[in-house]
Amino acid sequence: MSGLPEASSFAGRIDGLFLALLALCVVVMLAVFVTMVVFAVRFRHGRDVDRSGESHRDLGIEMTWTLIPFALFVGIFAWSIHLWIDMRTPPADAETIYVVGKQWMWEFQHPGGQREIDTLHVATGHPVRLVMTSQDVIHDLSVPAFRVKQDILPGRYTDLWFTATRPGTYDLFCAEYCGTDHSRMGGSVVVETPAAHARWLAAHASGSLAERGRTLFTRYGCAGCHDAGSSVHAPRLEGLYGSTVPLADGRQVTADERYLHDSIVLPAEEVAAGYAPIMPSYKDRIDEADILALLAYLKIRGTERESPHAPR
Amino acid sequence: MHRAEPSYLTEGSTLASWLTTHDHKRIAILYAVAITFFFFLGGIAAALIRLELATPHGDLMSADTYNKTFTFHGVVMVWFFLIPSIPNTLGNFLLPLMIGARDVAFPRLNLFSWYLYLLGGLFTVTCLLLGGVDTGWTFYTPFSTLFSNTHVVLAVVGVFIVGFSSILTGLNFIVTIHTLRTKGMTWFRLPLFVWSMYGVSLVMMLATPVLAMTLSLLAIERLTGVGIFDPSLGGDPLLFQHFFWFYSHPAVYIMVLPSMGVVSELITASVRRKIFGYRFMVYSIIGIAVVGFLVWGHHMFVAGQSMYASIVFSILSFIIAVPSAIKVFNWTATLYKGDITFGAPMIYALGFVGLFMLGGLTGLFLAATALDVNLTDTYFVVAHFHYIMVGGAVMAYLGGIHFWWPKITGRLYSEGWARFAAILMFLGFNLTFFPQFLAGAEGMPRRYYRYPDEYALLNVLSSAGAVLLAASYLLPVGYLLWSLRFGERAGPDPWGAKGLEWETASPPPPHNFERPPVVTDGPYAYVHP
Repeated sequence: MSGLPEASSFAGRIDGLFLALLALCVVVMLAVFVTMVVFAVRFRHGRDVDRSGESHRDLGIEMTWTLIPFALFVGIFAWSIHLWIDMRTPPADAETIYVVGKQWMWEFQHPGGQREIDTLHVATGHPVRLVMTSQDVIHDLSVPAFRVKQDILPGRYTDLWFTATRPGTYDLFCAEYCGTDHSRMGGSVVVETPAAHARWLAAHASGSLAERGRTLFTRYGCAGCHDAGSSVHAPRLEGLYGSTVPLADGRQVTADERYLHDSIVLPAEEVAAGYAPIMPSYKDRIDEADILALLAYLKIRGTERESPHAPR
Repeated sequence: MHRAEPSYLTEGSTLASWLTTHDHKRIAILYAVAITFFFFLGGIAAALIRLELATPHGDLMSADTYNKTFTFHGVVMVWFFLIPSIPNTLGNFLLPLMIGARDVAFPRLNLFSWYLYLLGGLFTVTCLLLGGVDTGWTFYTPFSTLFSNTHVVLAVVGVFIVGFSSILTGLNFIVTIHTLRTKGMTWFRLPLFVWSMYGVSLVMMLATPVLAMTLSLLAIERLTGVGIFDPSLGGDPLLFQHFFWFYSHPAVYIMVLPSMGVVSELITASVRRKIFGYRFMVYSIIGIAVVGFLVWGHHMFVAGQSMYASIVFSILSFIIAVPSAIKVFNWTATLYKGDITFGAPMIYALGFVGLFMLGGLTGLFLAATALDVNLTDTYFVVAHFHYIMVGGAVMAYLGGIHFWWPKITGRLYSEGWARFAAILMFLGFNLTFFPQFLAGAEGMPRRYYRYPDEYALLNVLSSAGAVLLAASYLLPVGYLLWSLRFGERAGPDPWGAKGLEWETASPPPPHNFERPPVVTDGPYAYVHP
């Protein structure tokens, strides 16, 4: 892929696989084309050549020319799967950046609270995980220079990860058709050295995402029921994130981002065991970006045993 | 001037005699006329798309108009041209002839399915006249159910109806092949074209109902707001994609299998030699028809399905390349020790093999999960499926039209013009779509009406190719119509080809054969074995 820069740790590996498959395909095509041309010239009508002879036994020859190429292609498949599993498995220390796609713009939220529209700043050398959702239709975040792409669906979180390797500014596209301004729903990824990125983060700091979440937690009235001292019988949030929650209908779920999201917009769907389904739905009252800020707050609070600002 | 023998063409010349006919050959002509109309309608949309993309800035039409144009192009070309083209024209005409039958099993149903096709087309054209639809031919939810302000329901009703035309044709062909084969025509004496019609009919009958169901659910959600695909109502947007591709991937084989059948006939007749590995060719048709149902998930590697599901769909997609490869190898081996002439049908057939190989091999790039991530939803995919579906179906369809033209009309066309058009089509096709592989590999997303400047050169090449391609589509209309009046009379078997259809007059009499033929040998009994 000549014109396309290799700007992530995946890019070189994917291009290597691409070239290997390309080489294999070229060999197969050339073999067939050369054979065809040779036969076509040699046995064209009017030439004095030997056309006698019975059909040979087919089985051996069919097996040979089928199985050998197939074995080679299965090798490509195995290589591809190896790479694919890496691409789908973010490392534990990856920095999470939240993304909301909407008709027709991108909204990015860094853990430090920096918010960006249509431009994403990342540093070289450190893995970044994008956790993404859509506010309306299906979108798709694509950064060709990183060789990453992932659909973004309303009502669920999808993710992708990469480690940027080369400073520069790269195209960001929406790759899933999303209506009128689909082809304008783009932007860029700005890859900076770690030092430059730290300066950028500092210059754009505005309180962390979790802090914004804490403010929203109060503003949306969540604190009224979920904080200590409330008279309403609502699940406590300490230690919640990542734990297993028994549900009223007997199932068990892991309190991950999906569960927390759905508990806010569809609270009647998965009611924690022992609690009445009295929480109102926040669907259409809260946008996805605010939910992500709340999740950032809930994650921090959820991993603490005792919440510092809500003493018992 | 000598007077023509009584034939299916002379049994009545009024419009009513055509519109009420039960003769499979006349119905084939009716389909050919209607399908050609829709092909050029979809082709005009394609021309507008390529004209818009000749510059990067989106200056010909508005974004909404562009979105409606590519949607119309996709809907019309897929459902009103690619899927019905070969089965409903060549299939209808040739299937009974090739098995020695007087007609298809259900002649009235056959005519009815043509009217369904027209009715579906009427809805689609009405939809266009009212302002069109902007969802893309895939109708992805929740865009199509909640966010599009265009005539989605009208469009899907059109597709729903034409789907039933396809189901009925499949049913008719299956029953015909099972019950109406003439004496001595055993399963392994069937020409490969008949086998391909059998395979495609199975896929049509089994897959198309899923499309009908999916589109019904879509319409229900759009009209009533029941949460089927809408996540805010507890629905699942990926469910739609699973349903849709469960139909639409097999639909690719609805387009490719008939082409393979046609090309097998063209090659064996032009080489004057029995096709190499006949039984393997049959098994590979069945193999493609069956495995074709198991690979739909490779459209969804980045859609949010599980990592492990993607691995399964990936290996299954590699496996389906095996029967396709067998086809290509056997066509090549058929040339060995043949007595090869390069008439227009052979040029189309060889062109098909070239485009099909390039389309098939690039499919492996998309089947490899890690590579698909970068390539999917880019012009690489657009190029790939145009090579397979359009290159495959159009090359084979036109090759077949040329090959059987003397049988259908009793006349010969101008060989020089036909060869020129076939070569022009191959060149034009490659110039149009090969640059799209490069644009896609460099990341250009599909369905963009404006794009970054760096992709401009490749798009200019592609648009230039489209001009050649358009010329190569228009040429046959000219010289084939010319041949109807001025073409030399063909006689029963102008190519020296084998097969029951060449044993009756050209054009055939109303009931195909003077007396039912008896088959005593396998297909393709040429001098050279």
